[in-house]
Amino acid sequence: MLRIVVDLNRCESYAQCVFAAPTVFWMKDEESLEYDYAPDDSLLVQVERAAAACPVQAISICWLDEQLEQQGGNHSEQQ
Amino acid sequence: MSSNNAEKTSSSVQRSVQRIVIVGASLAGLSAAESLRSEGFAGTITVIGDEPHAPYDRPPLSKTVLTGWLQAEHTTLPQSVDLQAEWLLGMPAIGLDLGNREVELADGRRVGFDRLLISTGTHARTWPDLAQAALDGVCLLHTRDDAARLRARLAARPKRVLVIGGGFTGSEVASVCRELGLAVTVTERSATPLIGALGAAAGAFAGQLQRAHGVDLRCNVTVMSLEGDESGRLRCAYLSDGDILDIDVAVVALGAVRNVEWLRDSGLAFDSRGLACDAACRAFDINGIVTDGIFVAGDVARWPHPLYGGELLAVEHWGNAVEQARTAAHNMVSVPADFRAYKSLPAFWSRQFGVNLKTIGLPSFADEVVLTQGSVLERRLVAAYGYKGRIVAALTVNMARWLPAYKAMIEARVPFPPVLHSPDSSAELRPVPAGFPPHGQTTHSANAIKTGTGPSTPPPEESSTSDKVKDPRVPPGFQPK
Repeated sequence: MLRIVVDLNRCESYAQCVFAAPTVFWMKDEESLEYDYAPDDSLLVQVERAAAACPVQAISICWLDEQLEQQGGNHSEQQ
Repeated sequence: MSSNNAEKTSSSVQRSVQRIVIVGASLAGLSAAESLRSEGFAGTITVIGDEPHAPYDRPPLSKTVLTGWLQAEHTTLPQSVDLQAEWLLGMPAIGLDLGNREVELADGRRVGFDRLLISTGTHARTWPDLAQAALDGVCLLHTRDDAARLRARLAARPKRVLVIGGGFTGSEVASVCRELGLAVTVTERSATPLIGALGAAAGAFAGQLQRAHGVDLRCNVTVMSLEGDESGRLRCAYLSDGDILDIDVAVVALGAVRNVEWLRDSGLAFDSRGLACDAACRAFDINGIVTDGIFVAGDVARWPHPLYGGELLAVEHWGNAVEQARTAAHNMVSVPADFRAYKSLPAFWSRQFGVNLKTIGLPSFADEVVLTQGSVLERRLVAAYGYKGRIVAALTVNMARWLPAYKAMIEARVPFPPVLHSPDSSAELRPVPAGFPPHGQTTHSANAIKTGTGPSTPPPEESSTSDKVKDPRVPPGFQPK
């Protein structure tokens, strides 16, 4: 399962991710970024583009093992 | 010492550290585990957590989860490295035996360690009347399960929601209620919402935002009691302004309580303010002696920050959990000569009532505040906070890109009010008192505070009258004798 997390302290709302993956990231009001932590795996290419396009590099992408999630463990790889 | 020697020494320490235990399986615990592996630690990592869930992210719980955009179970945090950790979840730690270097679990098991990280965080302060707190419709918002329950309540379209406490959590809940078109009342014992974190001047702005968005905001007012019907469902609230509100949901947003109770007989230097540690994140014992191999990170820690006059800070921020845990993890597997000091500036964000609020530094340390850029009318502004003529914090409203500039000013200790020469700042800056209320006056606790100097400094006098003031039901104007 694809999982993402954005460091919103670092985020400066350039909204490049919104252009790259509009169903995953969206702007709320004028300046607040919101996003889906668990986008569909098929959106990986879009999400990778979004992470690469972020001017402040605030987006992390990982994989989550569904079965292990129940026990808290998972394995993942760096984007 | 050559770098070659340093590497040898640090790897020899790593060899002597085989078993690392992390108590607290949230953002700080997870960040520490990730950093330990990134640092090359190859021994065992055991992560103990009282909740049954894998580490999840809390900020969306009061925002996108409540609006229904994001399911609560989708907040599970990704893990950037293969942790190979043992997870003991749904299993509270109930004791710490420093002599034998063991953590005691609720099921009687004892887990031994060479290094321990305490990252047990906080829990929500509950409504003081237990029978009223148990009424159907009285909610807390701290855990993922709390958020899922509250989301279900809001989705059922209650006729009015009462939010008790105008801190960040309470204000964000009220914002979501208005977004969903629900009637909402916010009560706050002090003069404005967010006053504990941002002071009265910025709090007045936050109050204007709430009212402009249709919140029935009642400042200088407390909820004296909650009442249910015969089947135990919440029916109404009695307010100190004499009003009786018909409500079916009440959100108790009184702030956080540190999870230190399990350290009761440990000999460590903890109290209601948190567990004291040094700049290397090493816990102090009750005699003010720094411990060997016991580290602290996240909301439960209080530690000395070099920019804030030797005061130990207690900071319930996302960034603090991540950064302090990384520092602690590095130090857990390093020799003292390679230790890093933790001196990140507190940083925070909130989304509410159409604006993005962000802070850098510690506003509650300030005595003055000044509008430096933008305007209240436009709802785009930067305010700088000063203490004795030096900038100590900044707040942005829909102007987040300015924060790094202010961060640099705070770290450089530039004079307050700062000289900006910015085209959107007024010709003459007019500082006003920051307006932080006395300790214990707000309904909610602030999420980033100074807590006194030194590990052995006693907490403020705990008398029976000050307990009364801390009780959120006691109305403003109450004079302890």
